[in-house]
Amino acid sequence: MLAYIARRIALALPALFGLVVLTFILSRVIPGDPAATLAGDAATPAQIADIRARYGLDRPIMEQAWVHMRQVLSGDLGNSIFSGRPVSEDIARRLPATLELTFVALLLATCLGIPLGLLAALNHNGPIDHLVRVLSVGGLAMASFWLAIMLQLQFSMEWDLLPLRGRMDVPLGLPPRVTGFLLIDSLLAGRGDMFVDAARHLVLPAVTLALPGLATIARFTRSGVLEALQKDYVLYARAAGYGRFRLATIYVLRNAITVTVTQIGLLFGALISGAVAIEAVFDWPGLGTYAVQAILSADYKALLAVTLVVGVIYAAVNVLVDVAQALIDPRVALQ
Amino acid sequence: MTALRHLMRDPVAAFGLLIVVFAVFVATFAQWLAPFPDDAFESNIMQRLRPPSAEFLFGTDNLGRDIFSRVILGTRSALLVALAVVLAAMLIGVPVGLIAGWRDGWLSEGLMRFTDVFLAVPQLILALALGQLLAPGIFTAMVALALTYWPFFARTVFAETRRLRGALFVDALAGIGAHPARILFLHVLPNAAPAVLVRATIGMGFTILTAAILGFLGVGATPPTPDWGLAVSEARQHLPDAWWFATFPGLAILLLVLGFNLLGDGLRDAADPRLRRSRH
Repeated sequence: MLAYIARRIALALPALFGLVVLTFILSRVIPGDPAATLAGDAATPAQIADIRARYGLDRPIMEQAWVHMRQVLSGDLGNSIFSGRPVSEDIARRLPATLELTFVALLLATCLGIPLGLLAALNHNGPIDHLVRVLSVGGLAMASFWLAIMLQLQFSMEWDLLPLRGRMDVPLGLPPRVTGFLLIDSLLAGRGDMFVDAARHLVLPAVTLALPGLATIARFTRSGVLEALQKDYVLYARAAGYGRFRLATIYVLRNAITVTVTQIGLLFGALISGAVAIEAVFDWPGLGTYAVQAILSADYKALLAVTLVVGVIYAAVNVLVDVAQALIDPRVALQ
Repeated sequence: MTALRHLMRDPVAAFGLLIVVFAVFVATFAQWLAPFPDDAFESNIMQRLRPPSAEFLFGTDNLGRDIFSRVILGTRSALLVALAVVLAAMLIGVPVGLIAGWRDGWLSEGLMRFTDVFLAVPQLILALALGQLLAPGIFTAMVALALTYWPFFARTVFAETRRLRGALFVDALAGIGAHPARILFLHVLPNAAPAVLVRATIGMGFTILTAAILGFLGVGATPPTPDWGLAVSEARQHLPDAWWFATFPGLAILLLVLGFNLLGDGLRDAADPRLRRSRH
């Protein structure tokens, strides 16, 4: 198993290396002259030359690439052109908000998606099955930002049940930062009111973000269970008198779930990028709003850093998924 | 033809096809179908933010333009953008997949690792980065979307080529001295076509959705283009009063993407019932 994990990590490295090279090419080749951009419109040629020398932009391109690689590896993603702060600091401050949202959405999608898929498969071609199919097809076709706005319109503006935006009501302040996850930090601070408020703020964004994931998980669980139900061992177990429910939850589901686990991993990446639009709608102070701000202020350093960070998270999750899959189904590691 | 008959027997897929055919019809004749075709670019500030009525079926927007007309006119750009993106992605991805699948060794390995780099980041993030760096606008959004979608074609065609490479008819062709290019493009590619078609159909739905997100975030279509994503974004300042402004363009996105997704699923089942249902 350890050899498998090592091999899997080794396989992820070339893609990450390529990503660093890609971001370098994007940052140096495409936006014209970065020194001129940095210097602003009113800069004199001397000022531009000064900036070029200060940032090493007058060096040969291969040397710049080498420097860029070293900086990235040491966690130095450069300074934000917009805020002036190190980009890595900005990202570290905002990442927990996105991760908290993503985790809650993933939890929601998994905890609802697997039972729904299982129910649909056991009720093959029945009303529940059709309902789940409609839900899963519709969930994948909906533009997340639109659903977010529709939910805001109904639950926040019309009925005033849930907060419209943000992670927490301003008068409450914030719990002392430990993990950056408000749900955990508020509990650590022993503030029940803050926990409830953070949870209330999470409902709409998390539901919006979870829906496509829920649809995918329900689909894959359904087809996995349907396939597993055809197997001989199921026939045997039924003949031996196992109850349908016990058979489905204990034996069939474990065999059917490997495909779903892969999907949950792939979803994590999809959710992080899906969070961009949703964070923009709910003013969620995470990586997504940071990326949108970076776009609006032409802060390419920040944008490329977000791309890189998401790429690394994505690669790490993919490795974790493959390992989880190998743990559930040891045959995977042997292939 | 049997595949088409199979497709029509599946009511859900047939429904998807119906939506797509309807959308193509609307897009083609948008100029005649829209009650106020001039509202693509002209504003009429006197009748701004009117609720839906017999005259304005979906109401009017912040500049007094008929939303029903703009949803109809937006169908054309949504379809054209997605079609151009998918075709461009196909033009890059299919040859890469064919060559990488046919050859062994460093070229194949190199091409597929290069493909992996583009798959290492979620498409939306990469498209945002590319779209921003190339200066925002609908054309750069399209370039960015094509550059992020081609790996899926490369993967699909790679798998198909690897599968077909060992087939008896390929051996026979090589045996009678056919040039590899001839085998690949005239014999392997047609056999891979169903898988490519399925990927393209799902890609249409996916691209329409992603293009809408880019428009919504301000890196896609620019005003006053009648674009669905852009319209929802413009509508945000006028909520909750002008609910119709945000609602109908979003419903149009939902319907069109639904059509392509249902059709893609049906095509997949028709092309190969054993294929697992998956989506990207």
